[in-house]
Amino acid sequence: MSETADRVKKIVVEHLGVEAEKVTEDASFIDDLGADSLDIVELVMAFEEEFGVEIPDDAAEKIGTVKDAIDFIDSKQ
Amino acid sequence: MRRVVVTGLGMVTPLGANVETAWANILASKSGAGAITRFDATDYACRIACEVKPADHEYGFDPNMRVDHKVQRQVDPFIIFGIDAAGQALEDAGLVDASEEQRLRIGVSIGSGIGGLPGIASESIVLHEKGPRRVSPHFVHGRLINLISGQVSIKYGLMGPNHAVVTACSTGAHSIGDAARMIAMDDADVMLAGGAEGAICPIGIAGFAQARALSTNFNDTPEKASRPYDKDRDGFVMGEGAGVVCLEEYEHAKARGAKIYAEVIGYGLSGDAYHVTAPHPEGSGAFRSMEMAMRKSGLALADIDYINAHGTSTPMGDELELGAVRRLFGAEIDRLSMSSTKSAIGHLLGGAGAVESIFCILALRDQIVPPTLNLDNPSDGCAGVDLVPHVAKERTVKAVLNNSFGFGGTNASLVMKAI
Repeated sequence: MSETADRVKKIVVEHLGVEAEKVTEDASFIDDLGADSLDIVELVMAFEEEFGVEIPDDAAEKIGTVKDAIDFIDSKQ
Repeated sequence: MRRVVVTGLGMVTPLGANVETAWANILASKSGAGAITRFDATDYACRIACEVKPADHEYGFDPNMRVDHKVQRQVDPFIIFGIDAAGQALEDAGLVDASEEQRLRIGVSIGSGIGGLPGIASESIVLHEKGPRRVSPHFVHGRLINLISGQVSIKYGLMGPNHAVVTACSTGAHSIGDAARMIAMDDADVMLAGGAEGAICPIGIAGFAQARALSTNFNDTPEKASRPYDKDRDGFVMGEGAGVVCLEEYEHAKARGAKIYAEVIGYGLSGDAYHVTAPHPEGSGAFRSMEMAMRKSGLALADIDYINAHGTSTPMGDELELGAVRRLFGAEIDRLSMSSTKSAIGHLLGGAGAVESIFCILALRDQIVPPTLNLDNPSDGCAGVDLVPHVAKERTVKAVLNNSFGFGGTNASLVMKAI
């Protein structure tokens, strides 16, 4: 797993209070990890802080899975 | 009128995070006061508080018992304390697994005096330093006062009335009184009612200190600071935590074989119409509140065995309350005991009236009244009244009265009796 993936996973575990094993790259934040729309807003904020990137609202709306988040962050770095 | 009884109790306090632990510590004359640990209070006039202790403490609070990790991250301490105390009360009443039909008739009314002050302060700093896009999306609903009731309703599927009282330090008592009326008026069969507070934070301590409400003479001996009725009292000690009771319609409770602690038989409310922080100089609001509660109860004055006083340890308030009790009870004051458990756990503000009502109920159950700590030299106006100094006292307790008074001049009194 890439360094980005590790850091994303850590943030997801911390914010959603889910077990690390459940945070696979295919996992959907809403369907698999129990997040709601406000949790996604909070996760996006945490990603922005952690990686020093800006994730505009239209891009944030397209982030549905853990992999979507990792790919977007990698594309900005 | 439908009768209302208490069938469940729950509390988080500086002397224990459940009813039996807190009560045992209260009866053992322990103090929950100490130096403030939540922040560096070095430069503050008041550097002490009654904090709820961490989970690894002998009588600490473990938020993981009843509050989801995610919720803990999103909400202020008062909501976490409130959810846990509500869960305790519902478990104690044996209603956690209530049917959907029952849950349609179970409501929640748990208020707070101030609400999410620590979070409002910290997110204001985030906004100032990092801008609006860094403010938490959970900021609003993690601070709102009615969000204890909201969270509890969601967690346990309680679909009856969902309400929250905000009357400063009278909140807990008003919550219980109002919720009892909701049951009496047939809005619900069961209500979780109470109050919570978690305002031990820099702006909270600074604000109350600037209002000259807090004790500042006992920073080196925190356990001596809360001393209601004592000559050396100089203000209250801030506490935190929550108290929640499960109120239930009497026939409903009887039909399911519930354990019944007490019946709520009298409730009085009044306004001082005088000053935002100072009590009325003749204690007239306190008097009318108690008088109304007694009248509604149908009891004679001589029937009251124990009063849990508002008694915050402020120079003015304690004796004015005592004066009002003296005027109302007349000669009957000789046979009752009156104490302030704020001497042990500090002032829980919006949680005070609920926690103290529970202590009243436990006094009824165990036939013992809790002490007023640090009452070394009673003020001149206290002569002839049993204020239960220093140690708990075994005695007959058949009916009790609880007083709570708040900023704005808002007063509430509850009368309860054994059944």
